[in-house]
Amino acid sequence: MIKRVFSNLFGSPATRLYPFTRREPFAGSRGQLKNDIAKCIFCGQCQRRCPADAIVVGKKPDKSWAFDRYRCIVCGYCVEVCPVKCLSMDPKHGD
Amino acid sequence: MSKRTIIPFGPQHPVLPEPIQLRLVMEEERVVEALPAVGYIHRGLEKLVEKKDYNQCVFLAERVCGICSFLHSVTYCQGLEEIMSVTIPDRARFLRLIWGEVHRVHSHLLWLGLLADSFGFENVFMHAWRCREMVLDLLERTAGHRVMLGVSCVGGVRRDISDEGLADILRTVDALQKEFDEFVPVVLNDYSIKQRTVGVGKLTKEQAAELGAVGPVARASGIARDFRETGYAAYGEVGFKIVTETAGDCYARMKVRCGEMYECLNMVRRAVAAMPAGAINVPVKGNPTGEVVARLEQPRGEVIYYLKGNGAKNLERMRIRTPTFANLAPLLAMLPGCELADVPVIVLSIDPCISCTER
Amino acid sequence: MLNNELPVTRDTLLNEVAARRHQGYRFVTVTCVDLGDRFDILYHFDKDYVLYNLRLSLGRTENLPSISSIFFAAVLVENELKDLFGIPVTDLAIDYGGRFLLSEGSPVAPQRKPDAPPAQPAQTKDGAVK
Ligand code: SF4
Ligand code: SF4
Repeated sequence: MIKRVFSNLFGSPATRLYPFTRREPFAGSRGQLKNDIAKCIFCGQCQRRCPADAIVVGKKPDKSWAFDRYRCIVCGYCVEVCPVKCLSMDPKHGD
Repeated sequence: MSKRTIIPFGPQHPVLPEPIQLRLVMEEERVVEALPAVGYIHRGLEKLVEKKDYNQCVFLAERVCGICSFLHSVTYCQGLEEIMSVTIPDRARFLRLIWGEVHRVHSHLLWLGLLADSFGFENVFMHAWRCREMVLDLLERTAGHRVMLGVSCVGGVRRDISDEGLADILRTVDALQKEFDEFVPVVLNDYSIKQRTVGVGKLTKEQAAELGAVGPVARASGIARDFRETGYAAYGEVGFKIVTETAGDCYARMKVRCGEMYECLNMVRRAVAAMPAGAINVPVKGNPTGEVVARLEQPRGEVIYYLKGNGAKNLERMRIRTPTFANLAPLLAMLPGCELADVPVIVLSIDPCISCTER
Repeated sequence: MLNNELPVTRDTLLNEVAARRHQGYRFVTVTCVDLGDRFDILYHFDKDYVLYNLRLSLGRTENLPSISSIFFAAVLVENELKDLFGIPVTDLAIDYGGRFLLSEGSPVAPQRKPDAPPAQPAQTKDGAVK
């Protein structure tokens, strides 16, 4: 315990100065959803499975894929069900 | 008889992490009666199962609680697996145990910090949360998220832990053990902590049994009841030692939880050593028909899920009874007779989790 | 159908609950399932990790006798039933008067399914008639 007391008194803080120093995201962490739109076939699977209704896929004629980041709960279910694997989870949080 | 006053404790109170109100009937400094008022964060999650299919509801169940999230989804999945007669692979059972126990450590550390905060011991609060950060980082490295692991699915788990990850778990567990060895004895033997907790908020064994206390609250009153004893997931193979105390006061509840943290680490070590190879999930076909009551032991006690499916992809009814709901009645039995200054400590000693109580 | 299930009526409920208490069961919780035309009220009790359930079939407008005189811990969950399903529970040990989980201005009985029009019973929701 004495050791801890001294390291608390003279050591560096346990926290980071966040916006300036950032920890590298861990590999495999679920940060944000990315779509490689060139590979997407607009099948609508992700829209149907998403528990938070965060994705809207426009069908055949107008082919669109819209994603509302603020609805997303970052569960990764869409990544799992996408048939062509164009969706992926970027470990980075924020931009 | 002296004059009675009613003091509203909460819903916003510095020591309460979540809103709950206790109407305390006071006679001078002593509480004679307490009445809880909840409903500040009722979300109606149970209703949502009618709108989402049963696979999506795994994520819904996980979001019932912000602390023992993973264990909620495991309860839900175990229930559905029982209805649909799915046997999950061995490796999935072990992975559920490992994540579940790591989650328990994080929950107990969070609680220890909050309890210390309630009697004004900021150092313990900070140190417990510093250790908790190690646990959360471990969860993020292995599961992809700090709290909402998102790794359960009906039929197993979604994500495997590599050998590298298992070694990482062992390293972190050893580091945690070192930290615990250093500060848990200090916490348990500290004079001022004992002054604030020993003999405070007593719950006798009879009261605990009568009022249906669960989890550490029951175990601290000498009731050796822990649902892990039934050997769900891999608890049967890994083995597990129940931690009990008999005093039934806040100190006993603290001791039970501290003992459990060590026990969790041991279980994780044994599970990693005995980890079977193989698949991590089995495909599940069809929709659930039938009803089931699924139960398991969360950090706060026994959780209960009643699930009813009628052959459609949406469940007909999901009902959740969280451990804090069961521990509210015992809390009302602990409060009468205590001093107003002890109320925060007693309330926190049941480890209240209000948002999952109200769902 | 759950394991260890016993159907009860409003008249036998209190006796059965008292018998469970005598046998050393612990009160776990009450579950209400809205079947559309009736309610199923399930009382769960536990002893040595085995659940025992009582199933009460309740009409949509019938009163539910409270078991809080036998198991005090039931008082919270019975108040919840009253709030969320609009079931009139009688003889509660502590009656919140429909303000346990809900407050003024919140929806009334949000978990209750809309009452089926009595003229066309065939139109009840799927799975309602079992
Ligand atoms: S599931 Fe994949 S391919 Fe289909 S619409 Fe979504 S992103 Fe595109
Ligand atoms: S990660 Fe989950 S919530 Fe986000 S878009 Fe995909 S399925 Fe929806």
